[in-house]
Amino acid sequence: MSEAVHATPPSAAARPAPPREPSTLRLIATLGLAGFFSGLAIVGVHALTLPRIEQNRRERLERAILTVLPGSRSFAVFVERDGRLAPLDAEQAKQAGEPPIYAGFDAAGKLVGFALPGSEPGYQDAIHGIFGVDPARRLVVGFQVLESRETPGLGDRILAEEWIAPNFRALAIDPGIEAVAAGKKTAAHQVETITGATISSRAVVRMLQKALERWRAGIEAYAAGAERARRGE
Amino acid sequence: MPPPSKPLGDEFLKGLWKENPIFIQVLGMCPALAVTNSVVNALAMGLATCFVLVCSSFFVSSLRRFIPRPVRISTYIVIIATFVTLTDLVLAALVPDVHRALGAFIPLIVVNCLILGRQEAFASKNPVPRAVADAAGMGVGFAFALTCLGAIREILGAGTFLGVPLFGPHFEPWVIMLLPPGGFLSLGFLLLFFNALKQARDRRRAAAARGETA
Repeated sequence: MSEAVHATPPSAAARPAPPREPSTLRLIATLGLAGFFSGLAIVGVHALTLPRIEQNRRERLERAILTVLPGSRSFAVFVERDGRLAPLDAEQAKQAGEPPIYAGFDAAGKLVGFALPGSEPGYQDAIHGIFGVDPARRLVVGFQVLESRETPGLGDRILAEEWIAPNFRALAIDPGIEAVAAGKKTAAHQVETITGATISSRAVVRMLQKALERWRAGIEAYAAGAERARRGE
Repeated sequence: MPPPSKPLGDEFLKGLWKENPIFIQVLGMCPALAVTNSVVNALAMGLATCFVLVCSSFFVSSLRRFIPRPVRISTYIVIIATFVTLTDLVLAALVPDVHRALGAFIPLIVVNCLILGRQEAFASKNPVPRAVADAAGMGVGFAFALTCLGAIREILGAGTFLGVPLFGPHFEPWVIMLLPPGGFLSLGFLLLFFNALKQARDRRRAAAARGETA
């Protein structure tokens, strides 16, 4: 132990050579204090920044919902209750803890479609995304990544408009979404994966398949109900 | 060890050029290769690292008489990790887009060997002004080097600088420059350039010395 101390010559100006080994208590106290002040600083800044970080996340989600549902001007939060979609206000939605979906409406208040959030393990970490689905035309009309840590330059091409526009602007949800290799898209229900980002782009397709499986019945029933109500007027 | 007699300015300047962390010391390669695919990312990463480095050096130097040697590394890591977490939170709150782009690499600043290296090699043995000058120089030098890499890769790989198109519609971007090999290639050429500069300088000095003795 003491050899290690003297192996590096102590700088005469800055460090008076310690006369003896510091006591165990002193070592524990040093680390304990460092941890204590570190904890104070982190918890303090966490408390200060949390509202802003949550607001950023909310705003981003709101922008994403309106982006993946082209033509929408406002949206409402829905959850599934007893197999049917039920509206929630924002406060309830926050407390409910149930996964919500979002119904987007145009300026006239007509239903444009539903935004379905989802997440799926990507190459490095979970990819969180959101899909716009138009139940009347039976199409996926938009997709956006909400959060991802995919490799810069490779996996993160799932964020690029060059991939999203041709694959997710008019993607048929019948008979079911299918992933095909790049350049092999021949039918409206197929998504081309990205060469060099196969894992990431397949994860997005799986996310969409799961979201559709989870919500298809609910949004179709709701859209049919809305259509009946509109005709009944 | 000679008594520290260098002016503070030199302590700062050495990190920019003569002992540049990337080009000369070749430290902190992980962020240097991973997040330099655009100027914005590189600059943000460089500034975040610089901030953590300066704050950590300040505290390590201030506390250098109170930190017992056996637990010094653990204490440095606690100090560094604290500032990295603060940086992470503040970036997420103020510039969410940049924070998202840098992704996992902000938390990884904790293990940037440049930072721990400066604590062990310099801040723990020098008074506060000197330690801060050294850290600021190394941090700015690191940010400068990352920005150089980012500029080369963005200009060639995307045809843009800070997102502004440079070459008009007929430019075919060299996509490889945005991919990991582009990072290695750019870094390799930059290191070549800096070593050539250094050799030329050494030759000039040697020639001048011969001239004097002759």
